[in-house]
Amino acid sequence: MARARSHRPILTARDGGLVGCTRCTRVWPLGTSVCRRCGTPLESRRWSSLQRVWAWWIVGFVCYIPANLYPMLRTRVLFRVTEDTIIGGAIELASHGAYGIAVVILVASVLIPIGKFAAIAFLALSLHRPGLLDNHGRHKLYEVVEFIGRWSMIDVFVVAILSALVQLNVVAAINPGPAALTFALSVVFTMLSAQSFDPRLIWDAEDRARA
Amino acid sequence: MATAADLDALIACPQCDALHTAVEPAMGERATCNRCGTVLIAPRRGAFLRVIALAVAIVILMLGATFFPFLRVNVAGMKHASSVFDAALAFMDGGIMIGLSVAVAALIVLIPVLRAALVIYVLAPLTLGRPPLPGAVPAFRLSEDLRPWSMAEIFVIGVAVALVKVSDMARVDYGPAFWMFAALVVVSVLKDTMMCKWTIWRALDPTVRS
Ligand SMILES: [Zn+2]
Ligand SMILES: [Zn+2]
Repeated sequence: MARARSHRPILTARDGGLVGCTRCTRVWPLGTSVCRRCGTPLESRRWSSLQRVWAWWIVGFVCYIPANLYPMLRTRVLFRVTEDTIIGGAIELASHGAYGIAVVILVASVLIPIGKFAAIAFLALSLHRPGLLDNHGRHKLYEVVEFIGRWSMIDVFVVAILSALVQLNVVAAINPGPAALTFALSVVFTMLSAQSFDPRLIWDAEDRARA
Repeated sequence: MATAADLDALIACPQCDALHTAVEPAMGERATCNRCGTVLIAPRRGAFLRVIALAVAIVILMLGATFFPFLRVNVAGMKHASSVFDAALAFMDGGIMIGLSVAVAALIVLIPVLRAALVIYVLAPLTLGRPPLPGAVPAFRLSEDLRPWSMAEIFVIGVAVALVKVSDMARVDYGPAFWMFAALVVVSVLKDTMMCKWTIWRALDPTVRS
């Protein structure tokens, strides 16, 4: 695997009096406001982004609470109506012996969202108090959060498919519950929270220690 | 004072800000960041043309996948077929749930198709050796911004889960659209791995004309 040649010891664009574009990787003299290659606004470090990270994090968390309390699905078979919350639905699946699918739902709808809230909060807080996890570890964590967050949408899609498919007049019908909406919002807000985070801030701690 | 052309020879890692000299690796190889390992440049031979072909395939498959029957459910002789479009419209009946319908339609149908169309618009003139079309830069920016919001592959996993959920109350048959959608997911992944952002941005750069 070829590696782009690097100036050693590691020199950052900021050290070199430059600002790098996070979208197209082009560098410009520090103080340039917009990348002339791709039109992205340039900022050497997006410290202000931390406020956005926390704002989206809080809204996302607020939406996640009702998502767990209200039903995700309303299933009617003949005249018997059952309502399933996220966790209730997973337990129901497990009780029918579908353990694999129950695990998928629990991972996508409970483990990933909660893990993501914890991970983003940890990354944001660790900028002020580095030390618990080294830069490589925190960067890996950030990459995992970025990659995995979207997958929480699975449960929303399951509800959409079931509601479209199972519409059989008097025999059976499945309809979405209010939690489907708040859960989808929660996923969107946490994705925005993670996207607002500037990973370059993680690496600055090392530079400070060296200086 | 460094000129724009000198700076063009440098790359700042978007993840950690480490400065590198841009050395285009051999075709099929990848240049990664020395500090954090982020892939910076990954050129592929004939990539533009292949990406365009894959993007065209995505648009065609999505048209088919959206309107042909996707799944057919069968309970005690009662039958109901639904398309991907029906799944998106499932939240349509009640009030604010309509917003969710629009969002689902966007995530699984509109955004994947829009991204494919934008990529065709951006890359088609470049493969013909022509200058980029007007608006190619914002078009590619939009396409990249939408990448995390294109959720066709997540929808497919959702289908698998849904099928297990209904399996004890109904029999489900796959329609032609199901297979089209599955193919579409494979093609999308191929397309995204083929695309080297750095190569495309460089080709679009108005300050570098070589
Ligand atoms: Zn740029
Ligand atoms: Zn890096």
